[in-house]
Amino acid sequence: MSGARQIAADVRSGAVRARDVVEEHLERIAARDGEINAFNLVLADEARATADAVDARVAAGDDPGPLAGVPIALKDNLCTHGIPTTCSSRILEGWRPPYDATVVQRVAAAGAVAVGKANLDEFAMGSSTENSAFGPTRNPRDPSRVPGGSSGGSAAAVAAGFAPLSLGSDTGGSIRQPAALCGVVGVKPTYGSVSRSGLIAFASSLDQIGPFATSVADAALLLDVIAGPDPLDSTSSPEAHVPVLPVLDQGVAGLRIGIVDELVDAEGVEPEVRAAVLAAAAALEAAGAVVDRVSVPSVVYGLSAYYLIAPAEASSNLARYDGVRYGLRVDGPDLATMNARTRDAGFGPEVKRRIMLGTYALSAGYYDAYYGKAQKVRTLIVRDFARAYGTFDALLSPTSPTVAFPFGAKADNPLAMYLSDVCTIPTNLAGHPAMSVPFGTGADGLPVGVQVMADAVQEPVMFRVAQVLEAAAPGGGAA
Amino acid sequence: MDTPAAITRADVEHVARLARLGLTDAELDSLTGELAAVLGHAADVAALDLADVAPTAHPLPLRNVLRPDVVRPGVDRGEVLAAAPAVEDDRFRVPRILDAP
Repeated sequence: MSGARQIAADVRSGAVRARDVVEEHLERIAARDGEINAFNLVLADEARATADAVDARVAAGDDPGPLAGVPIALKDNLCTHGIPTTCSSRILEGWRPPYDATVVQRVAAAGAVAVGKANLDEFAMGSSTENSAFGPTRNPRDPSRVPGGSSGGSAAAVAAGFAPLSLGSDTGGSIRQPAALCGVVGVKPTYGSVSRSGLIAFASSLDQIGPFATSVADAALLLDVIAGPDPLDSTSSPEAHVPVLPVLDQGVAGLRIGIVDELVDAEGVEPEVRAAVLAAAAALEAAGAVVDRVSVPSVVYGLSAYYLIAPAEASSNLARYDGVRYGLRVDGPDLATMNARTRDAGFGPEVKRRIMLGTYALSAGYYDAYYGKAQKVRTLIVRDFARAYGTFDALLSPTSPTVAFPFGAKADNPLAMYLSDVCTIPTNLAGHPAMSVPFGTGADGLPVGVQVMADAVQEPVMFRVAQVLEAAAPGGGAA
Repeated sequence: MDTPAAITRADVEHVARLARLGLTDAELDSLTGELAAVLGHAADVAALDLADVAPTAHPLPLRNVLRPDVVRPGVDRGEVLAAAPAVEDDRFRVPRILDAP
């Protein structure tokens, strides 16, 4: 054991004090977050108080829970009661939510210690964290490169050792792609399995909250804490979560694993990334899985469909930032002028681009050709995955077509940036679980992530595959 | 099936009004090209013949969710109002929306 599970075990047994654990992590943050900028806000005083409360419970003979004393970073689009929550946007700067997100409550109830609010691309729109209004996050593995996005701060916080666990959100790859680029584990659970109450909405038919960790087992630990029905989220599944941690070591003997042709050969996939996926498949075969190639033909339309559906939903969700109830207001002589001035001053370029794209895709005369068509493509993708999962237990692909890229490399070309998500988007459209596991290195010695996908609620199978990959990874897996 | 005509600057201005975004001339210019590039990529989807395919709006079959009608605390009104840019008499204050009386 190491990482989060070790800390929790030691704190629960009284062998280690939560306060000492948190001080050690705050020291690392103080030493290096000036360079990395993983956090919009470090919660040093709050973390010390929480850790002291955990230690007091242990001293009193209580069990603080499965995350006892474990430092955790929270993506800054998760509401924290009375603590600024910005979505890395000027339009929400200084806003203090009147309630906690359900996941924030659940990790606190399990004994975790929130150490900070992690940076992101503004409103989770981006693949590099360069779109943050508060400056980009740097990749701890190579600070001249992006950490991926949109959950770049959450990924970097774990990769830099600022916290062994973090929470992110994934609409088109925003957990998995930064996990791959930073060399950590990142999980997008089945749609509906983790409550989104208190997650600031981007695209509601796609958004999911999920864990980052330095190991597959730590990610399982955190998922088992946050998953399960929530009466505050009407889209949360009423089915009880089946815990993943107990089945982690069941191996892959007899499992059928498919390598997705269209994603391994997708536009822009680097040769080292493709080679890592094939090496991962060989490792699974050596561990007793049956591996074959599989075609999921309609995923080639996933990127186009996503960049109509997600902006359309975003244009509706972000209509609430109107200068009336919270956040920024830029005054004007009448309501419409105030709304427009506020939104022009408060939103950054990528958010405006997506609002415009989505409003256009939904507007009279274009709805059927764009948004309506994209929804039908979504049906094709769901059908093609259903066919693949009739034969296979899990599917493999690259997570990101490339390793971490330098700052500015794609910032001036929205379409090139969008292609970063070509392999991760299809599972969001289908609502399935998927996760990224570090598997060796690619160009310039930078980490490569392999994506493991599974059918809806098949997280136990997905994690068993991931666990075998972690053990077989060249150089020993996660950072 | 025909793909829609290319987006124009006039379209972009119209959409900005719909979206209540007060964009500058420079923003309107750059967005016209950027939106055309993304919509150009989406031409592959727009060109598909999917007349017989039903749309999917949501990945899971959802039913309406009901719960017992029990009184419980909501968010604190004072906290909510404290976060607003302008408040008057426990309400959100906004600029005039009708002509002066």
